Amino acid sequence: MAPALVWLTALMVVPCALVLALAFFRRGIYGGIDYTFTFENFGLVFDPLYAGIFLNSARIAGTATLIAVVVGYAAAYAIAAAPRRWQPIFLFFAVLPFWSNYLIRTYAWIVLLNREGLITQLLRWFGYTGEPPSMLYTEGAVIAGLVYNYLPFVILACYAPLSRLNPELAEASRDLGASAATTFRRVILPLTVPGIAAGAVFVFVLSIGNFVTPALLGGGRFQMIGNLVYDQFLTANDWPFGAALAMALIAIMLLVLMAQALAANRAAGRAAEAKGDADG
Amino acid sequence: MSEPRTLLAIDQVSKKFGRVTAVDGISLDIRENEFFALLGPSGCGKTTLLRMLAGFETPSDGRILLDGKDIAHTPPNKRPVNLMFQSYALFPHMSVRANVSYGLEMEHLPKAEIRSRVDAILATTELVQFADRKPEQLSGGQKQRVALARALVKRPRLLLLDEPLGALDKKLRGAMQLELKRLQHEVGITFVIVTHDQEESLVMADRMAVLKDGRLLQCDTPHAIYEHPADRFVADFIGVMNFVPGKVSADGVMAVNGARIAGKVPAALSPGASAVASVRPERIRLFPSAETANRITGTVEALAYHGLDLQLHVRTPLSPRPFLVRVTADAADRRPVSSGDQVELGWDAADVRIFAE
Repeated sequence: MAPALVWLTALMVVPCALVLALAFFRRGIYGGIDYTFTFENFGLVFDPLYAGIFLNSARIAGTATLIAVVVGYAAAYAIAAAPRRWQPIFLFFAVLPFWSNYLIRTYAWIVLLNREGLITQLLRWFGYTGEPPSMLYTEGAVIAGLVYNYLPFVILACYAPLSRLNPELAEASRDLGASAATTFRRVILPLTVPGIAAGAVFVFVLSIGNFVTPALLGGGRFQMIGNLVYDQFLTANDWPFGAALAMALIAIMLLVLMAQALAANRAAGRAAEAKGDADG
Repeated sequence: MSEPRTLLAIDQVSKKFGRVTAVDGISLDIRENEFFALLGPSGCGKTTLLRMLAGFETPSDGRILLDGKDIAHTPPNKRPVNLMFQSYALFPHMSVRANVSYGLEMEHLPKAEIRSRVDAILATTELVQFADRKPEQLSGGQKQRVALARALVKRPRLLLLDEPLGALDKKLRGAMQLELKRLQHEVGITFVIVTHDQEESLVMADRMAVLKDGRLLQCDTPHAIYEHPADRFVADFIGVMNFVPGKVSADGVMAVNGARIAGKVPAALSPGASAVASVRPERIRLFPSAETANRITGTVEALAYHGLDLQLHVRTPLSPRPFLVRVTADAADRRPVSSGDQVELGWDAADVRIFAE
C-alpha cells in the first residue's frame, strides 16, 4: 500500500498539481511565467475559437468511438461464435498490432493512404487511371488511425460478456418465436451492453486527448485539443494557457470515466442486491 | 375410450455429426395428451433427438411429422413446439413477468390478451407473488416453474423438457415429479421429457422409450418395460436386476454351478447358447415353501435398512455378484436375519426373464 501511495504521489499527484498551479499564472512577455494570480487562462478556454476545437475533438473522438464499437463488437461476436479452440488464436491476432509501437502503426497508415501509397497503387493495378485520391491529411485519415489503434480494446471488452453468454439464452428466444434479429436486439445486445460501454469509454477518452494521430495523419493542423496543448507548451511557449487547456481536457475525461463508473456501480449494486434477496 | 391419436410421428430419423452417428434410424409415435419419456444413459442420442424435435438440429435422414406435417426443416421459431431447457435459460435482464410474456409478444397478440394469459399461467404455476422479481432472485424450484410457465403460456402442441428436474435436490425432485404430472393433466398438452433417471420416467411417464447408442431398444408403458424388458441392457438399466449367467436348457438356464433356473425360454434362444436368467429383488422370498420352482441357499453379506424395506446382499454359488433381495419391513420383523446368517432364497418360474448374453 505505502509504496503504491508514494509512487502515485510522486508521479501522478505532484505533476498534476504543478500543472494545475501553472494554469493560474500569467504568461511572461518573452515566454516563461509571470507569477501573478489570474483566472484569464480558464476564461480563454471558453473563447469560441478554442471551445470550437474542444467540440471538434469531441466530434472526431465520438465518430471514432462509434465506428470502433460497431466494428469491434462485430469482430468480438464472430470470435465468440467460432469453435472454442480457435477463439484464443483469433483473439491473439486481433490484439497483435498492440505488440508494435504506436508510432510505427500510425506511420503504416501514411504508407497506405499516401497519394502514391498502397491504396492508390492497388487502384492503378485494377485499371484506375485518374487523379490519385487525397486520403492522407484529412479528418477521415485521423478517424481511421484512431479506430485502428483502439479497436483491440473494444474487441477485448466486448468479447468478455459475449463469450460468457449462455448460448441457450439465444436458443430459448428462438424457441419462443423470436427471429434471429429480434433475439439479437432483445436478448444478446442488452446482456452485453456493459462490455460495449467499457470499450466505448476507453476509445473516447484515449481519442479526445490524442495528439500523435492528428499530427501525423491530419497534417499538423490543430484539429484536436491534444495538438493545441502540445503547441502551447512547445511552440507558443504559453505554459499557463497550455496548462489550463490540459486541465479542461482532464476534466472532460474524468467526467466520462466517472459517468461510466457510476453506471457500472449501479448495475453491480442491483446485481448484489438481487443476490442478497435470493439468499435471504 | 377412442383410439388415441398420433400427434408426433418420428419416422426413421437419423443424425450424423461428421462420422459420429448420434441418432440411428429411430421411429416413434407420440400420442396426443401423452406424458412421454425418452430415457437412456448419457450419449444415447436422446438430447440430439429432442433438439431435432425443437428445431435446433436438422435430421440427416428421416421425417418428423407433427399432425401429419413434416416439420424436420422448419426453424424453431416457426414450430408449435416449445422446449424447457435444462439450464432453464431464463433471460437474466427481464423480470419473471417479462420472461413469461416474451413468447406471446413474439406472436404480436393484443396487450390485454398477453396480460390475461400471463396472469393465468403465473397463477397455475404459483408464481404470482414473484412476477416482478429477476431470475437471480429466485430459488431453483421457482426458476424451474418460470421456465415451465414461459413455455406453457405459448400453448404449444408439444412441450419438450430437457432433464427438467436435474438441477433440483432429491426431495424437491420428488415433489416436482408429481407437480409436473398434475400440470400436464391440467393444461392438456403433450409432454416429451428427456431424462437419464429411470426412476423419474417410471414415476411420470405414460409411455417411455429406452435409447442406447442412438438406437431405440424398447418403447412401451413403464409397467411393461419393467416387467418385460426387451433385452439384457434394458433389464439392467431399468430398476435393479439379479443376473445368473449360464447356458440355455430345455426349460430354463443351467447355471455355472450346475443348478437349473426354471423359467420361460424365449423362442429366439436355442439350447446350449450363452444366456442370463434374471429376477427382480422384490420377487425373491426368504425361506420359501418346498414347492417354489427356484431355490438356493446363500450367506447374508450385508444388510441395508431403508425404512420401508430391508435390502440384503446374499452370496450364492449362482453368480459372481451377490443377490440383492428386498424384504418388507414387517416380514423382516417377523423373522429377523443378520449378517453371516445362512438363508434360503426362492422365486417362481414366472418371475424369471431369460436374455441372450
